[in-house]
Amino acid sequence: MNALHDALSPAGPQAQHIAELWWLTLAITGAFFLAVLVPLIVALRRRSGASEQTPADISSLTAGEPRARRIVIAAVGASALGLFVLLAASVLTDRALARLPLADALQMEVAANQWWWDIRYTDPDPSRAFSTANEMHIPVGRPISISLKANDVIHSFWTPSLHGKKDLIPGRIATITLRADAPGVYRGQCAEFCGVQHAFMAFVVIAEPPEQYERWAQAQRAPGAEPANAEQAKGRELFLSGSCMLCHNITGTPATGRTAPDLTHVASRSTLAAGTLANNPVDLRAWIEDPQRFKPGVNMPAHHIREDEMAALVAYLGALK
Amino acid sequence: MTVPFAADAPKGRMRIALLVAVTTVLLSGCDRELRRFEKPAKAPAPSPATGQRSSDIKPGQNAEGLTETAVAETYDERNAYDVAQGKRLFRWYNCGGCHARGGGGMAPALMDDKWRYGHTPEQIFATIVEGRPNGMPSFGGRIPNEQVWQLVAYVRSMSGLVPKDAAPGRSDSLGGASPPESQRPEASPRDVPPPPPS
Repeated sequence: MNALHDALSPAGPQAQHIAELWWLTLAITGAFFLAVLVPLIVALRRRSGASEQTPADISSLTAGEPRARRIVIAAVGASALGLFVLLAASVLTDRALARLPLADALQMEVAANQWWWDIRYTDPDPSRAFSTANEMHIPVGRPISISLKANDVIHSFWTPSLHGKKDLIPGRIATITLRADAPGVYRGQCAEFCGVQHAFMAFVVIAEPPEQYERWAQAQRAPGAEPANAEQAKGRELFLSGSCMLCHNITGTPATGRTAPDLTHVASRSTLAAGTLANNPVDLRAWIEDPQRFKPGVNMPAHHIREDEMAALVAYLGALK
Repeated sequence: MTVPFAADAPKGRMRIALLVAVTTVLLSGCDRELRRFEKPAKAPAPSPATGQRSSDIKPGQNAEGLTETAVAETYDERNAYDVAQGKRLFRWYNCGGCHARGGGGMAPALMDDKWRYGHTPEQIFATIVEGRPNGMPSFGGRIPNEQVWQLVAYVRSMSGLVPKDAAPGRSDSLGGASPPESQRPEASPRDVPPPPPS
């Protein structure tokens, strides 16, 4: 999936504030960089005009250097002023980030696991809450408040086009608030080294118009699709009688595992295993057969499943739109 | 040959001996956390069908009566990674729902020295895969064999039956009152018959 992953192309107010601070920092530090380097180069290139016989200039031992002194004092003053401007800008940016209007905010909970994202849309009415994994949809223009927690080690939630990084620390709950002002697909990534498969711990945020988001959310609240034919029914039977259900959840069936990604609507997602593979029947089958081939160390074990049974299982999972 | 060189010679030999000793000690630690990520070969014997008792094992029976399911194809209780994975799976599969954190609850304690169905890795494997009377469900066919072996290693670590350097030294979740597995004293296992059903 082609998703934006760029802190300099902000798609919301939070990332906008951070990008502005970044450009200001670049401008000030760049100006000082040039103010140091250009005089240095000029001085190095200037011909001294002295020969070997010219006596050393030791006049500064007896007379002062008022011009050089003025220049140094001015440069120190300007540096201090530049640093103060950056300090003030940083504080103001922090205040702006904390003051995102949160009226009517969409509440979510994200739990980081080795190596996937458990995404739960909470609701005052529990029957309207639902879970998904590694792919979140959000309505454009509406603030989002996400509470973050980690189940094993420290992770970091980072969608550069929407906001900066926020660490997820086991035993603590952090909160990140953001808003997307432009529809689009924004890539996120774990930004704190969390084990061998840290690199394959990606997610996408799909920002879409509110009515489109509501349609998606309504579909996600529904239980998993009933098997449409005998093969899918056999696949469900295998899912429920084998080891899948010990870790995975499919709402509407006895499978209620919570230690692995929710599969109720797995076929509606674009990737498998947190951005490791595309979500298509071929890759899904290869993944179930031997996840360690694609993501060594992942907590999903390899499975010895007969050809026909594997086809049924993939058919069932592929129909969970 | 000068005198100082001759005086240095024993020191130099000592240094080499020390280097060899340190290297040996360091290399011996290499396999401590060996992780095998390749797909294991197909299990030699199929796991028992779900929900069925596949064995006529009786409470208090010794290892002789075990079925062929107990083939330790991937078992290594000296591997700290396997023991730690077992600890994670113990939580994931809700073993603690009955055994608590090993202190026992609805189900027998796992951190003491008493074993109703045997303490060897093969016996514990059979207990998990086949299930046992009075409540222990059969996990055969539900959990891949490699994971069962990891659970076996962890269960044994609870009463200090695996090497101390491989047993878990901390918990992912907030700890209980008991010390970590790596600090448990080694129990001398005793096979005791279960109490008669009440």
